[in-house]
Amino acid sequence: MIVQAFAFYLFAGILILSALMVITARNPVHSVLFLILAFFNAAGIFVLLGAEFLAMILIIVHVGAVTVLFLFVVMMLDVDFSTLRKRSVSYIFPSIILGGILLFELVIIYTYWYMAPEALTNIAQDQSAFEGLSNTQALGMVLYTDYVFAFQMAGLILLVAMIGVTVLTLRKRPDIHKQRLHDQYLRKPSDVLEITRVTPKTGV
Amino acid sequence: MNPIEDFANNSLDLWLVQSGIWLAWTVAYSLLVIVGVLVCVAYLTYAERKILGGMQRRQGPMTVGPFGLLQPIADGIKLFSKETIIPSHAHRFVFLLAPVLLFSLSLIAWVVIPFDKGWVLANINVGVLFLFAISSMSVCSIIMAGWASNSRYAFLGGIHSASQMISYEVSMGLIIVCVLLVTGSLNLQEIVLAPRPLWVQVMLLPMLVIFLVSILAKCNRAPFDLPDGESEIVGGFMVEYSAMSYALLILAKYANMILMSAVTSILFLGGWLPPFGMNFLGFVPGIIWFALKTAAILFFFIWTRATLPRFRYDQLMRLGWKIFLPFTLIWVVFMAGMLMSFDALPGQKQAKAFTAAQIEHVMQQQEK
Repeated sequence: MIVQAFAFYLFAGILILSALMVITARNPVHSVLFLILAFFNAAGIFVLLGAEFLAMILIIVHVGAVTVLFLFVVMMLDVDFSTLRKRSVSYIFPSIILGGILLFELVIIYTYWYMAPEALTNIAQDQSAFEGLSNTQALGMVLYTDYVFAFQMAGLILLVAMIGVTVLTLRKRPDIHKQRLHDQYLRKPSDVLEITRVTPKTGV
Repeated sequence: MNPIEDFANNSLDLWLVQSGIWLAWTVAYSLLVIVGVLVCVAYLTYAERKILGGMQRRQGPMTVGPFGLLQPIADGIKLFSKETIIPSHAHRFVFLLAPVLLFSLSLIAWVVIPFDKGWVLANINVGVLFLFAISSMSVCSIIMAGWASNSRYAFLGGIHSASQMISYEVSMGLIIVCVLLVTGSLNLQEIVLAPRPLWVQVMLLPMLVIFLVSILAKCNRAPFDLPDGESEIVGGFMVEYSAMSYALLILAKYANMILMSAVTSILFLGGWLPPFGMNFLGFVPGIIWFALKTAAILFFFIWTRATLPRFRYDQLMRLGWKIFLPFTLIWVVFMAGMLMSFDALPGQKQAKAFTAAQIEHVMQQQEK
């Protein structure tokens, strides 16, 4: 128990600190790197909870894909961050209002916390069917049976988003030379190479 | 045994002794694995130079020690005794953190690799996913190395490397799904021990070929070594590194090569089991078979480097996204269908029996 408590406070502490650093770091690349650290520690807490599948998926999806894309974007953007920071001062009043509204709503949610009776019965449901299963198997058993519609729906939405992104970014650039692999494969050495016997001092 | 569970019903002294033994054993095992991997890395570089030399009718390293056997040690001493140069305007902390992170990630992954039956430090249920998580972290550290150097070449190398690793990770994931369809577990030991009939192995063969090509791309090896393409971007994300930090990057690269070979032999070649189901060879220790299989795949790595020229970048992306990804996707569906129609999915027979019993139970209740 001592070891687990120690590990929890370690993970949670680093998680909160790195989350703070994400929003306070001066360099946006450093922010993304702290975000990676935060994800990693969140995965550690998942492992402590016994949810090792979720922990690994969190790292694979968020660190492996999402933050790598963030890093790409942040590194490729050529933005002068000092002027951006100066201009952001003028937005301080609207952002305080927005933040205040969010905080107010959170407080309301917290004070009037109410759980639907259906959710309560879900929690109280018999868990004995999952006894002795690893949590990958247990997740699979509900994901592909009870929640298969929601699961497929999520996949479909992602597919639509993917097609949308491809359509938005695909553009024909006539000024750029593009290799046509098919033409390249059809090229034979006899089309482009010629072996000639050259007598000295005459040239080809 | 788990020292934390025993704490409840034992005295504190016993708990301390037990957890002390457990800790000592873990540390000893980890040290053994780390030293073993590092020695393997050192002699993999030697083997690479010797094999490349042999294929190009040269002798390879010959001067240091008998047959040049001490060459890797000499190289190591040279690298460690050099001066570490940090480029001006480099992001100092990230610049130094990246090689350390990359190196430690390439060693961390070994905790889930079973060398023989039961010879594994962390026998976790999600071993395959753990390996994937570690490799996605190492993508991040390569980008960090490329960005922190504050050099165009290094940055381009880092971007190349990351986009290449991400592209091939997708089809690698689908290939692993094919293997998991047969074994029904994410635990690497259970993957090795799961029964595989001959027709299933024949279906897995094209996946093995694609996996071998994908690990070449994943380890940034020839013919996919665009990240450190010497002729185009001088050395990719490693240009600005020197001495220790450079040594760590190289060590990580070769440790990753060995790791991916070990993973291939676990997923496809049966890990520590004797090859081709020849059980009469079972008297040979499993770790020897494991080492031999891994070495065979490492030879394949070096062989392709000696044989094939470097891919162009659009060819690399085309191969990953337009050929491997659709093919593996179709193959997953095909394999799942075949296994399902022959009742060969893991647990399928039990599930059928279970539903039949349930239907019978419901029918009986309705009759009452």
